[in-house]
This record gives sequence, C-alpha cells and structure tokens, in this order.
Amino acid sequence: MSSTLHIQTQTDAEATTQPRHRPNPILRFFRLLLKSKTGALGLLIVLCVVLMALLAPTLAPHDPVKTNVAKRLLPPMWQEKGKPEHPLGTDNLGRDVLSRILYGSQISLLVGFCAVVVAGLIGVIIGLFSGYYGGWLDAVLMRTTDAFLAIPNILFMLVILAVMGPSLVTLIFVLGFTNWTTYARMVRGEVLSIKERDFVRGARAVGASDLRIISKHILPNVISSFIVISTLSVATTIILEASLSFLGLGIQPPDVSWGGMLSDGRQYLATSWWVATFPGIAITITVLGIIFLGDFLRDTLDPRLKARKAK
Amino acid sequence: MRKFLVRSLLQIIPVLFLITLIVFILVHVTGDPVTLMLSDTATDEDRAILIQALGLDQPIHVQYFKFLANLFQGDFGTSFRYQEPALPIVLERMPASFELAIASMIVATVIAIPLGILSATKRNSFLDIFITGSAVLGKAMPSFWLGIMLILFFAVQMGALPVSGKGGLANLILPALTLGTGVAAEMTRLIRSSMLEILQQDYIRTARSKGMMERLVVYRHAFRNSLIPVVTIMALQTSHLIGGALITETVFSWPGMGNLLIQAVNQRDMSIVQAAVFVISLLVILSNLLADICYRLIDPRMKYN
Repeated sequence: MSSTLHIQTQTDAEATTQPRHRPNPILRFFRLLLKSKTGALGLLIVLCVVLMALLAPTLAPHDPVKTNVAKRLLPPMWQEKGKPEHPLGTDNLGRDVLSRILYGSQISLLVGFCAVVVAGLIGVIIGLFSGYYGGWLDAVLMRTTDAFLAIPNILFMLVILAVMGPSLVTLIFVLGFTNWTTYARMVRGEVLSIKERDFVRGARAVGASDLRIISKHILPNVISSFIVISTLSVATTIILEASLSFLGLGIQPPDVSWGGMLSDGRQYLATSWWVATFPGIAITITVLGIIFLGDFLRDTLDPRLKARKAK
Repeated sequence: MRKFLVRSLLQIIPVLFLITLIVFILVHVTGDPVTLMLSDTATDEDRAILIQALGLDQPIHVQYFKFLANLFQGDFGTSFRYQEPALPIVLERMPASFELAIASMIVATVIAIPLGILSATKRNSFLDIFITGSAVLGKAMPSFWLGIMLILFFAVQMGALPVSGKGGLANLILPALTLGTGVAAEMTRLIRSSMLEILQQDYIRTARSKGMMERLVVYRHAFRNSLIPVVTIMALQTSHLIGGALITETVFSWPGMGNLLIQAVNQRDMSIVQAAVFVISLLVILSNLLADICYRLIDPRMKYN
C-alpha cells in the first residue's frame, strides 16, 4: 500500500461530499423514498407523530391532567354510554384518553430523541478514540464495552433509577448511558478501516493534526452508519421508556407518558378495556413507523448492504 | 476446545469484577445508602449508628474490598423488607424464572422455525410478506402491552386462562406467549435471511441437480446449516429475553427474580437489588458462554480457527 499525495484531494472530495454525477442527492433520496412503500409509510407515520407532539396543545380536546370523577371510565364514543366529546373514552380519574395520547407523544419523542443523542455522543467519542489511537486505550475501552454488553441494559437502568430516583432528566441520561455500546463498536470498526485509506494517510502526510483528521476526514464517513443505527435506536428507546414508565420507574405523574397510561389501564382491565388498549396501539404504530424509516435508511445509506443486494 | 474453555472462563473474571465495581459505585458513591436504608423519621443518632455498623466511616477502597470479601462468601447484606439475607431470597426465585424462560424459548422456537422456513422457501409470495410483516409487528409491539392484551382477550373476555400468578400449566401459557412472541419475531427474521443465503449455495444446487426431493434439500441441507448463525445471534438474545422477563413477570405477577428485582427497586431494598443484578448478570454471561460452546460444537469449521 502506498500513499501518494496527488490522489489525496480526489478521494477526499469523493468521500466527504456526494459524487459529482448525481446533481441533487436530496431529490434522489426522496425519489427512492417514494419508490419504497414501507419507507414512505414510515416517514408518513413519523411525521404524523411529530406533528401530534408539536400540535398537542391545539389538537387535544381536553386538558390531559384534569381529573373529573363524574366522567370516570367512560367508554369510547362508538360504544353505548360513550360521549362524542371523549372519542376514545376516559380513564379511571375521568381524564380524556385521546388528549393524554396526544400529549404522551411529546414525552416519547423527547426521551427517545435525547437519549439517542446522549448515547450517540458517548459511543461515537469512545469509538473514534478507540479505533484511531488503538493500543492500550483501545484494549481498555473495548473490554469496558464488552462488559457493558454482557449485562442486560435494563439491569443497569434499574440500579441507577433505584439509586437516583426517577425523573425525566435521569431517565434520558440513564437510557443514553446504557445504550452507547452499539455506537462505540460500530464507529470503532469503521474507523479501523477508514484510517488505512489513502485520503487519511495523505492528510497525515501533509501534517494534519489528529483532531483535524478525526473531525474532517473520519467523522463525515461514519455519519451515514450513525444515522441508520440512531434511527432504529430511537424505536427501541421509546419501548424502553414506555417499559420503565409502566413499571413506575420512568416518567412520573402528572407528566403524561404512554407507559404510565398502560400501567393505569391495567388495573381497570376487567371493566374498561380502552384505557390500556389505545396507548399500546400508539406505541406500536410509532415504533413501527420508525423501524420502517430506519430500514429504508439502512438500505439506501449503507453502501455495503447495497453491494450485497446487487450481488 | 479445552484451551478455548479456559480462555473464556478467564475472560469472565474481569467482566464480573467490573459488574461488582459498577454496582458498588452506584450504590455507595452516587447514592447515600444510609438515607436509602433509614426511614424518614430516623434521628441523627440512628444515622451515626448505621454508618458505623455499615463501615461507611472507612475509606472507600477499604469499603470496596470488604464488599468484595462479603460477596465471595455470598453475603450481599440483609434485605430490610424480608429481614433475611438477600442472596437466598433471590435464589429461591430462580426456578420460577427458569421455568418461564424455557417455556418462552419453546414457544419462540415452535413459532419461528416453521415460519422462517416457509417464508424463505416461498420468497416474495403473499405468505412471505405476511410472515415478515408479522415479525416486524412483533418487534414493534411492547411485550408488556401484548401481555395486557392477552390477559384482556383470554382471561377477562373468554375467561379461559388465569390472569396472573403461578400454578399449573394454564398459568404458564400467557406469560410464555408474551415473552416468546418477541423472541420469535427476531428468530423468524434470522432463520429467513440465513436460509435465503444458504439456498443460493453451490451444494444446494448440486443437491437439486442430482434430483433430490425439494423437501429433503430444504430440511437436510439448507435448514441445518442455516441454524449456525441463528444459534450465535440467539445467544445475544438472552439478555433481551431477561430484559423482557423482568417486565413480563411484573405484568403477570410471576414469582421470579425479575418481579423480585422490580419490587426491590421500587422499595429501594438495595441488598436485594445488588444480589439480583449480580445473579442475573452471571446467568447472562454463562449462557453466552454456553452458546459459544454450542456454536463450536455445531460448526466443525470453527475448530480450525
């Protein structure tokens, strides 16, 4: 392997920006998205949920935390005794289920997104350093990652939540702190192969600092894999958040979360099926949309998968 | 094989060490164990007595070595809720957890193997789309919600099965279905993709061209070989299985370790939390090792590596 200077500029440009023969990558991306039925459906669902979360105050017919004992456990409007002002019925404290689902989407998306950012930051930093510098640093960081992988995430979360007590911020950091291992491994693997490529050797030959090589030459090449993993990871994080809130260790009342609603509804299952049913449907559809979108992104952004498919 | 076993067992030690360190740091440094253990009405004098009794006035490394020394003797402290040593309480719950885990693995295998094979052999058919679609749905559905829906349908509406608790086989069905479905979704996907890759191999073409019956080609050649990657990836599922078990046990009030741990976390019974986390982690590590051994036994090619 020889690294020569004249090829550096060419490969570097190729790696960091889109190749020249595709004039508009964004247009191409959307054309591909529309062609993939599940990808388009995924994007549509995700957009709907995001809009739901943003417009919850205007869309929700009632205050999500206002209790009204006179109207407790009203069935959905299409059932006998159902009232049109509560389309999906009310819960054990007379709160409107539809309004609570709309507001619950805020928490799910907020926690899902923030926790993935925290996990991604930790994982990417560890992966970059581990892969780039190698040696004892790599050995220590990777053994730590292995140890983290050996223990189920949820155990860590439970211990931390038991010690710190549940709150929104704790929850985000707990979810982020326990889910960085995937990123660390992925980034390290990518860095190991990228750092041997000619444009990195070239950058080093002209005297670029380590920090510059990492930020300008390696990081941009890791981004697409990062986006793919992050998207799918938002889906699992939303389920984890719901699970923890269901167990009473996540979001605390009066904040509204889908997991917490399920936990309320479970106690009234024998008489009022709707309280536990609708929040679960909301979680499933949201997660399904994110998985569809994530799978589409993986198929389009991950060049290795594309090569395998072409074969 | 022996060399591999010795090396793997040695590799467990630093991992276990790290687990003890993390649990110790979390409980003793970030939180205040005294406040966690005392009731709100405790006086300063009570605090001082407890601090001395727990050895918390000693330097932190001395505390850690004490913690480790106790741990080697199986002493995780006394549960303040049960007023008994923590480890036996956790171990007592182990058989129930095993029962549920095994039952759900059986459910998962029974669902996933036929569906995975069907979906691969009838690739891109309506059936394939239906099966892969259901697998994605199974992944997207939170397991505890599936559990609640199963209770709603089979226990509340039909009255056919008990809502919760442990007893006969009938009590096992709903929790095992709940936990098994998630694993089955992942397993079906794996078997399908593994089968698809193997069905394109040369030896499959050879088997077909010599006039072998398609069913024999699928079962004797393709399916057996497709299990190799499935076994490895299933091993990584153990930790997901345990995560799911924690919640499933709570939904169905199943008297396993998961249920105990969640209760202990809610009540801040830290001795039980430490003991349960340690035992469950150890089980996960051992099952990963076991899967690694199985993998080597199934795939003769591994011997040369």
